[in-house]
Amino acid sequence: MWYFNSPLIVFGEDALSELASIEGERAFIVTDANIARLGFVDMVAEQLDAAGLQYQIFAEVEPDPSLETVKRGAEQMRQFAPDWIIGLGGGSSIDAAKAMWVLYEHPEMVPEEINPVVPLKLREKARLITIPTTSGTGAEVTWGIVLTDMQEQRKLALGSRENMADMAIVDPAFVAKLPPQITADTGMDALTHAIEGYTVTWHNDFCDGPCLIATKLTFDYLPRAVADGTDEEARERMHNAATIAGLGFGNSLAAMAHAMGHSLGAVFHIPHGRAVGLTLPYTVEFTGEAMAERYADIARFVGISAASPQEAVQLLANKIRELAKSIKQPLSLQEAGISKEQFEAALPKLVENAECDACLVVSARCPDSAELERLYRYAFAGKPVDF
Amino acid sequence: MYLLGSEEWLNALAEAINNSPAYAEAAKTWEGDFYFIVEPGGNIKEEIIMYLDLWHGECREACVCAERSAKDPAFVISAKESSWHKVIDKKLDPIQGMMTRQLKLKGDMVKIMKAVKAAKELVGCATQVPTQYHE
Repeated sequence: MWYFNSPLIVFGEDALSELASIEGERAFIVTDANIARLGFVDMVAEQLDAAGLQYQIFAEVEPDPSLETVKRGAEQMRQFAPDWIIGLGGGSSIDAAKAMWVLYEHPEMVPEEINPVVPLKLREKARLITIPTTSGTGAEVTWGIVLTDMQEQRKLALGSRENMADMAIVDPAFVAKLPPQITADTGMDALTHAIEGYTVTWHNDFCDGPCLIATKLTFDYLPRAVADGTDEEARERMHNAATIAGLGFGNSLAAMAHAMGHSLGAVFHIPHGRAVGLTLPYTVEFTGEAMAERYADIARFVGISAASPQEAVQLLANKIRELAKSIKQPLSLQEAGISKEQFEAALPKLVENAECDACLVVSARCPDSAELERLYRYAFAGKPVDF
Repeated sequence: MYLLGSEEWLNALAEAINNSPAYAEAAKTWEGDFYFIVEPGGNIKEEIIMYLDLWHGECREACVCAERSAKDPAFVISAKESSWHKVIDKKLDPIQGMMTRQLKLKGDMVKIMKAVKAAKELVGCATQVPTQYHE
């Protein structure tokens, strides 16, 4: 028994215009200052005006949103009393919107209490619309929430199936001018979602198709989107790929690259997509022996010919590295700018965080502490995993 | 073979836990005791209440209780025997089981979600116990 959750997805050119047809009185827009500066909030506001809704803007979400930011936004939400919440931005803004929504509906709760077991009974006060402005996180179609506990320097994986947005608007207009670096970072996030969603121990028939398609779209279109941001086809297909990957991994789960990447993000503040994308080939190599056939499926789907499933694992890891290199992503922690001293000082915390991450145990091969430490050392040095 | 929910089964589980380096490592910071309850149904006329006190990678106490009031554990997980069977056979991930309400949890889910690796190793220990079922 399992579930497949999805919002209504409105996608393609002019998808944003769907917003003009929503019914309600007040919308609360959760976003960040940069998104507001880029004029995206104005684009949303124009549609809300057409729909006859008042709106209030919370443009204070930071990268890796903190528990404190979520509490602050929820308080403003309670004062404004919206019947629609709009998460506009990358994963940080959308995840913050999801968490604020819960606290708005349930002022008695704290974010850490949001979990997939206890029913939340949302939608008494408001519904959620998500509008991604990057092509990567898939947060617009997932119910997971990643927040950061600043005091403990730790990312918290929270969420309930009820957190799922009612509508996701996937309009390529929002990514048309995305800088190459962010396109690359977030694109690697999408690829990691797609590959992990297919190879995690919770994989299932409903997620397999989306994961395979998203993997192929990313390999095909991410280099083009990074190389030439005006390539409209590449932009739109990558935007779709990220959402499709979100559907895939959001209904199975992400795995070890995310556990390791979350830890890197919390300790070194490496952008999420860059962090998980960096660890992905290492985790493919490590888990490959336990899930070789499924990695071979992916390899075959993206056009890799291999003599055996084991060879397919290695060739797929190589292809991920080639993609990362072609879009100027770091292949090691050294290349990501981490010094040897910083790395050694942080290693115990990196391992501890990853071990506590729920994504770790659903990996096809679950590392112990010593193996995790070794994996981080290999990722630091840029050495393919051979154990 | 030990009948699920018998003192013998529970003692075998406690022994497996205390002999597992993997569990000791994964649960080294865990502090919390449990009721694992087999709900009535089929050949099980009354609920079976198994108590486990798990502390820093060890099982400090294991016993079958006649009534829920016998102890006051931090966590209570209850399920039908068929669901426990699937968990022990590793056909049902315990976290997935909780998310689909096949395993019903009372207690701090946040704490459980921080200890998913320990939960996985605990299931690994249960899998080692030769188990006979009531059905």
